[in-house]
Amino acid sequence: MARTLITVPTTAREGEVIELRVLIQHPMETGYRRSSDGDMLARDLIRHFSCRFVAVGKSGEGELVFAATLHAAIAANPLLLFHARATGSGSFVFTWTGDNGFAHTERSSLSVR
Amino acid sequence: MNAFKVALAASLLTAASLSIAQPNVLDVRRSGFDFMQPSTQALQRDDTQNPAMLWVKEGEALWKKAEGAAGKSCASCHADPKTSMKGVAARYPAYASALKQIVNLQGQINTCRTTRMQAPPLAPEHQTLLSLESFVAMQSRGLAIAPPADERMAAARARGEALFNQRIGQIDLSCRDCHVSNAGRALAGNKIPEAHPTGYPIYRLEWQTVGSLQRRLRNCMVGVRAEPYAFGSNELVAIEAYLAQRAAGMRLESPAVRP
Repeated sequence: MARTLITVPTTAREGEVIELRVLIQHPMETGYRRSSDGDMLARDLIRHFSCRFVAVGKSGEGELVFAATLHAAIAANPLLLFHARATGSGSFVFTWTGDNGFAHTERSSLSVR
Repeated sequence: MNAFKVALAASLLTAASLSIAQPNVLDVRRSGFDFMQPSTQALQRDDTQNPAMLWVKEGEALWKKAEGAAGKSCASCHADPKTSMKGVAARYPAYASALKQIVNLQGQINTCRTTRMQAPPLAPEHQTLLSLESFVAMQSRGLAIAPPADERMAAARARGEALFNQRIGQIDLSCRDCHVSNAGRALAGNKIPEAHPTGYPIYRLEWQTVGSLQRRLRNCMVGVRAEPYAFGSNELVAIEAYLAQRAAGMRLESPAVRP
């Protein structure tokens, strides 16, 4: 289980632009490096991140808010910062997927006044 | 008259609180933080961006996790870390009477594990150890580094100072040659800091992970092409004890970010 730091407001006014920050613990090993013993270190990257919004009362995977494709040049423990407009109450679903079957999901609920 | 008394009392109070709050203006020592790029400083200042907070969060969870034959966690003995661990990281390395030697914070965590929890000690730079150390250090953030006034530490501090001034390696440099004589000047892409251990354990951008002061010390030793002392060796702990003494009174920034 990867550790994450999710910094997202839990309340917002309708129409307000909110900032979302997501930080995840991950080595982002490029596959180009060698260990101190000289062996190649196997590639281990987060390949894809997505943030979806599931409105209250709705089911399914929700509406895509933001997505990113990550590559070898991105630092370990990647931080992503993006914005969204609060249109209604619901919950954000953050999903990271990557090499070696890596998959991690976090949720954060938002209530719009 | 009464109003005068109140005013006098108020001004005395202000003076008293100022003398506590005011940092020593004559202190010319500077933390590694002051030598960093503004972007790296911003990363440290903001807990929502600082990657080291991931280790702190991990440490918070580990604090309550029972391990070992005694079935105890850190919380079993130390209860609320906000009070019990406040100032602890600012004090270490310290003399451990039971071991009759000086231990650093990692050493103390491992001592607790082996004696109280009856769990195996953690290897140097083990993620669990770094997470616990980060979490404990976090409780002292903002406090002044306060090495104990313990006579039994004098010998180790003197040893540490001697090692600090000792030229080593093929490149034949001492710690002092860079961190005192050339502090503030450029070495490769970065400024040479004054070697005050104000933020350990640190998230070092070069490592892409959190590491201890001993890892950092060993890094420099390899840098001058010297054989680094082993993790947990008396020499490294002695250097740590000397550096803490040298940085006494400076504010702890843990968990810091360094380039």
